[in-house]
Amino acid sequence: MLTFIIRRLLQALLVMAVMSGLVFVGLYVVGDPVSMMASPEATELDREEIRRNFGLDRPLLEQYAVFMSHALRLDFGRSFLTGQPAMGLILERMPATLELACVAMLMALLVGVPLGIWAGLKPTAWSTRGIMTGSVLGFSLPNFWVGLMLIMVFAVYLGWLPASGRGQVAQLGPLSLSVLTLDGWSRILLPALTIAMAKCALIIRVTRAATREALPMDYIKFAQAKGLTWGRILRVHLLKNILIPIVTVFGLEFGQVVAFAVVTETIFAWPGMGKLLLDSIITLDRPVVVAYLILIVFFLVMVNLLVDILYSVLDPRVRLQEAKA
Amino acid sequence: MRIAGRRRFLNPAMLALAAAATGAAMGTAQARDLVVALKTEPTSMDPQYHALTPNIQLSQTLFDPLVCGDADLVPKPCVAESWKADGKVWTFKLRPNVKFSDGSPLTADDVVFTLNRVPKVPNSPSSFKVYLQKVEKVEAVDPLTVRITTSEPYPLLAINMVGLPIMSAKAMAGSAPEGKTTTELNSGNGLVGAGPYKFVSWKRGAEIVFERNPHYWGPKPAWDKVIYRPISNPAARVAALLAGDVDLIEDPPTDDLERLKKDPKLRVETKASNRVIYVALDQHGAPSPGITDTGGKNPLLDKRVREALSLAIDREALVARVMGGVATPAAQLLPYPMFGASDKLTKAAKADPDKAKALLKEAGYPNGFTMVLGTPNGRYINDSKVAQTIAAMWTRVGVKTSIDANAPAVFFKNRDSYAYSAYMAGWGTATGEMSNTLNSLLVTPDKDRGVGTTNRSRYSNPEMDKLVESSAAMMNDGARAAALARASEIAMADFAMLPIHFEHSVWAMKKNVRFQGRADQQTMVQYATQAN
Repeated sequence: MLTFIIRRLLQALLVMAVMSGLVFVGLYVVGDPVSMMASPEATELDREEIRRNFGLDRPLLEQYAVFMSHALRLDFGRSFLTGQPAMGLILERMPATLELACVAMLMALLVGVPLGIWAGLKPTAWSTRGIMTGSVLGFSLPNFWVGLMLIMVFAVYLGWLPASGRGQVAQLGPLSLSVLTLDGWSRILLPALTIAMAKCALIIRVTRAATREALPMDYIKFAQAKGLTWGRILRVHLLKNILIPIVTVFGLEFGQVVAFAVVTETIFAWPGMGKLLLDSIITLDRPVVVAYLILIVFFLVMVNLLVDILYSVLDPRVRLQEAKA
Repeated sequence: MRIAGRRRFLNPAMLALAAAATGAAMGTAQARDLVVALKTEPTSMDPQYHALTPNIQLSQTLFDPLVCGDADLVPKPCVAESWKADGKVWTFKLRPNVKFSDGSPLTADDVVFTLNRVPKVPNSPSSFKVYLQKVEKVEAVDPLTVRITTSEPYPLLAINMVGLPIMSAKAMAGSAPEGKTTTELNSGNGLVGAGPYKFVSWKRGAEIVFERNPHYWGPKPAWDKVIYRPISNPAARVAALLAGDVDLIEDPPTDDLERLKKDPKLRVETKASNRVIYVALDQHGAPSPGITDTGGKNPLLDKRVREALSLAIDREALVARVMGGVATPAAQLLPYPMFGASDKLTKAAKADPDKAKALLKEAGYPNGFTMVLGTPNGRYINDSKVAQTIAAMWTRVGVKTSIDANAPAVFFKNRDSYAYSAYMAGWGTATGEMSNTLNSLLVTPDKDRGVGTTNRSRYSNPEMDKLVESSAAMMNDGARAAALARASEIAMADFAMLPIHFEHSVWAMKKNVRFQGRADQQTMVQYATQAN
């Protein structure tokens, strides 16, 4: 188990190094950060000074070497644009994104799993057809459109919920969370729903497929024959066995949501880190982009690791030592 | 059993919904607060860190400068009651009753500290040093008199002071060479100014809060509290206004304007800005990178071709159809009556495709040629759509034009490496007078003198250069304006660059807010008042 985790972490380091190199070259090819930052009236001398200050006058390879040597000491440099430490800027915004992702995924899970089981148990019922059609809509409607429609209906026409922002937050240790205040809930609901709709559709489909696969199994039939109530069969025998695919999808999708909630965050002006990434790419703020992607790679590797560990907890037949990452 | 199970799942969701509805009711803003949706968040609160509109518009609300620019950028007394120039020596008399937001008086020492701090701010991505050009020495003569000495007579000093709001030397005391650092200022430490509002808090990405400065020397500010929220997506800004979350938004999309104007609960304010959208034409040599079918020649070197390209553009139609009417067709690079703009160039020439074709024929291109027009996508209002329309108009007279639209970062890189024969871009004249425009865009590039910095078409006309250069030392405003107007006429008669239109800035707000738009496109809340 321990060797498995260590091997995974080493792999993550390798991926981070390769990725930071790619981003370095990529942004270098795209454009010159100085022409995005400097005032248009700045003279050539001013521009050269800015270039020197940020070390952009040196060869790319040297810039990368300097970055790497600092990164090994966990110093990811300062944002060109704001002068603040890049990692600090990201970590400052991370709780907002994580909170949004957690609420959205929880919504998707709480609605998706029961509906999926229902659809699996009653494959021909009218209600099932309704659920399945709904799920097709759920993942085929584009995110930004769903978000804008929700704003139009709930904020503009009905006036029940505010259209954007994060509102009041309450402090819980080092974290500031909106789910602890009523105002915060009223603001997180729409963006979370926007994300949850697509994810919920996916979870319904996976759960339904897994349920249908598990139903004809001998252990279900045996439980029925023993005269167990359906409730117990569902909770103890069925749910336990269909959890593996659900956990897999949940883990993957959770990582996706955290890393790329950009669209939803932009539409709802949610102060998360996705928006920060977008703004930084547009302005070629390289330290922030690199630090962000490094953090996300680390995060995704961690989520996958957690999913793998959960496998072994859920299913005693799975042995981590043999798993190939 | 199964049904009971499902109900348990539903209950928490219902509770949340009910809770949310209550929360929304409680969250309504109070009457005397103003909530503003900004399209771009500032990068810093340090008024001397990054010379960028989103930063400047907020620091000018916290800190008053010596000289303020009014809505049309005409200099007017602010912290300085009066000023006079005597050759190279400028004397500014300070208003005696100006207090900082902490109650301490503003004196000449604060002005000296502020101006001397500018070059010491480290790692500035766009330095405020541009406002201190030619400044040699800043001295406090007595507590209410400041003397600034320039290296040569420099008439633009007063208008440049608009860019340098006065900080408090006492509040800024710190161990770093620049006093309080940019990082400290970002957290509010040292942010003590003499502007109408004072700083309360900044949560990056979420909101910036200001409140009324009780010690303000001018008329009592209209709002108890001002809350800025960055909402970068234009549709989301409009939705936030329609939902009543915010009171005032910047830059609603032109497609939504008609609907917003019809809404009885809203008001739309437009203001002609000093940002010109222009097309630059490569006049460096032959061949030119984006032109084919000419046997290696660069047709743009021929004035007749440049005139033909200008005549082919129907600016009226462009403004009406592509810009939704929120722009003014341009005949020069700065709108009349701004300082140094020519009164002979107030109306754009009418499109004349037939004359354009005739001119092309006369210049030896009866069949036209093929050209690429570069444009940024997402930098200026409807930029790539405008470029497409121009390309279509040129193609109509025989110059087969395709557009190369890129993200701003890529566009500027290409432009700065002279990769375009023709490109469309914009210029906002920060000082509101013609010398800034001409010096940057059309004067022959000279690295040592720091002129021609954005002259990527490499137009060069010694007569115009001389006029602009000599105007820089004319302390008489009338003579200077006349020289600059003459320079503008020369450049436009040369078709050195094709002005297309002046953008209008647009703000949308609730009916109970009144906002006076500014020519420099800045959203300054001191220009917002309650309507009833």
